[in-house]
Amino acid sequence: MIKATRKPLEEISSSVKGYGRILVLGCGGCTSVCLAGGQRESLELADDLAQVARAGGSTQHQSSATVERQCNPVFLAEISGRIADCDCVLSTACGAGVQNLSDAFPALPVFPALDTLFIGVDIDVGLYEERCRHCASCMLAYTGGICPVTRCAKSLFNGPCGGTRVDGGCEVGEGKSCAWLEIHDRLKAQGRLDSILSLRPPMDWVDRGPATLVQVGYEGRYTAAKVAAP
Amino acid sequence: MKSGSNLEKVLEAGHFAVTGEIGPPTGPDIEAVHRKAESLRGVVDAINVTDSQSAMVRMSSMSVSAIIVQAGLEPIMQMTCRDRNRIAMQADILGAVGLGIRNLTCISGDHQSLGNQKGAKKVFDLDSMQLLAVVRRMRDERRILGGEEDFPAGAPLYLGAAASPFTRPLDFQALRLAKKIEAGADYVQTQCVYDIGMFEDWMASVRELGLHKKCRILAGVMPLKSAGMARHMAANLPGIVIPASVIERLAAAPKGKGGEVGLAICAETIQRLRAIEGLSGIHVMAIEWEHRIREIVETAGLLPRPLV
Repeated sequence: MIKATRKPLEEISSSVKGYGRILVLGCGGCTSVCLAGGQRESLELADDLAQVARAGGSTQHQSSATVERQCNPVFLAEISGRIADCDCVLSTACGAGVQNLSDAFPALPVFPALDTLFIGVDIDVGLYEERCRHCASCMLAYTGGICPVTRCAKSLFNGPCGGTRVDGGCEVGEGKSCAWLEIHDRLKAQGRLDSILSLRPPMDWVDRGPATLVQVGYEGRYTAAKVAAP
Repeated sequence: MKSGSNLEKVLEAGHFAVTGEIGPPTGPDIEAVHRKAESLRGVVDAINVTDSQSAMVRMSSMSVSAIIVQAGLEPIMQMTCRDRNRIAMQADILGAVGLGIRNLTCISGDHQSLGNQKGAKKVFDLDSMQLLAVVRRMRDERRILGGEEDFPAGAPLYLGAAASPFTRPLDFQALRLAKKIEAGADYVQTQCVYDIGMFEDWMASVRELGLHKKCRILAGVMPLKSAGMARHMAANLPGIVIPASVIERLAAAPKGKGGEVGLAICAETIQRLRAIEGLSGIHVMAIEWEHRIREIVETAGLLPRPLV
C-alpha cells in the first residue's frame, strides 16, 4: 500500500493559519494502515492544532472526520455536509486523496497534512519499506522478485554497479543493502542465474503525463461514454 | 579500426597499454587542466577524464576532453548515467565525436547522495550497459537508439567500461564483464588492484570465459600515500581490498616517506600485473598526484610509450 508520514506540525499549522473552521479529514485507506492519517491520527492532529491555536490566542476551531477512502468520489460525497460547515480542509490522505478531495470541492481550500512517501510493505508495526515504483512495465519476473528500479539506489537493469560493500551494503550507506547482490544470490539459489545474464534493453518509462487506466473488461463502457460525450 | 584512437592502436598492436587519469577542476580553471594534462604527455597512451566523480560538481568531462584534444593529447571521456537522460547522452556523444574525442568509457556514476548536490534528482535513464549498447549502435550502425535513419558520417569511438574484480558478488564479476562485452565494451579498466592474488583469481575466471580475447583488460592501480589513507580506503571505499602486508609496509615507512613507499609498491604491482596472462595494460589513477604518474610508469619500465 501507499506509505505516508505526517508533515511537521509547524508546516501544517502555517498552511491553515487564518482559517476559522478547519476540518481534519482522515482517510480509512492506506494512510490509516500505515498509522499516518486514519481516524486516530486525524483526531490527534485536530488536537495538536487546537493546542497551537490556543497557545497563539487564536479562536480557530478544529474538528475531524474520517471517510472510507479519499481516492473515491463516492466516499467523499458522504461528507459534503461537514464540508459545507468548514473554511478549509486538512487532508490526511495520500497525494492522490488530497487531489481527489480538491477536485470534488473545487471552491474549498484543501491542504495536505502528510508527505506521501512510497508504495511499500509492512515490515512490522510502524515500520515500512519501499518496494514498488509502478514503472508500468514490471521487471520482477527476471530479477527473482526483487525490484531493481526501487531497491537499487541507481535503478540499474543489468546487474550491480561497483559500489557494493563487503558487508552487502549499498554505496549510499544508511543501512541499505545492495539489491543486485540480493537478486544474484536469490536467482543463484533457485538455479535461475541465466535470467540476468542477457542484456536488458533500455526501459520504456511510459512518462507521458498523468496515466489513465481502463481496466480489462471495461473498455466498452468508457469508450462508449467518450463517444456519447459532446 | 573502430575509432583510430591512439589507445586502440596501442592495444590492437599488442603493446601493454598505459592510461592515466585526471580529475577536472571544481572551478573554471583551464590552467589546472593544462598543467595536469601536460604532466602526462609522453607518459600514457590516453588520459581518462572523470565525469563529476564522487558526484561533486566539476568542469564537464566533455569540455576537459576537448581541451585535451586541442592540446594534442588523447582523452578518454567518461560518461556517467547519473546526470543525463538518453536524449542528452546521445546528443553529447555526437558532440564529443565532433570535438575529436575518440575514446568513451561508460559508467554508472557515483550516487548523487555521496557528493555536494545531495538533493539532485538522479537520472539513470540508461544503465552503463545500455549506454554501451546505444553507443555501439551509433558507431556500427550509424543510428541513434530507435532511429531508422543512418548518420552520413560515423561515430568512431573506442568503447570502454569499468570492471570490479573485488566487489561482491565476486563470482558474478566475470559474468558481468561478459555482459559488458556483449553490450559493446572494447576495453575495461578495473578498480584499483592491491590484492594481486585476488586479481589473479578474477583473471582466471575471465580467461575461462575467453573474455580476454574479446576485450582489452587494463588493471587499475593507484599509489597509496600513507597507511592511514590505505586503512581509510579499505574501510570506506567499496571494491577496494588492501592486504595487511601492504598497509604494514606503509606503516613501517619513516615519517613523511609513506608516499615514496606507496609509489614503490605501485610500480612493483604493475610489474607483477604485467606477468598475468590476458592483461593488456594498466590504468594509473593518482588523485591530485598526476605529476607523479611519470615516475610510476618509468619505474615500472613502461617508458617510452610506443608510437603507433
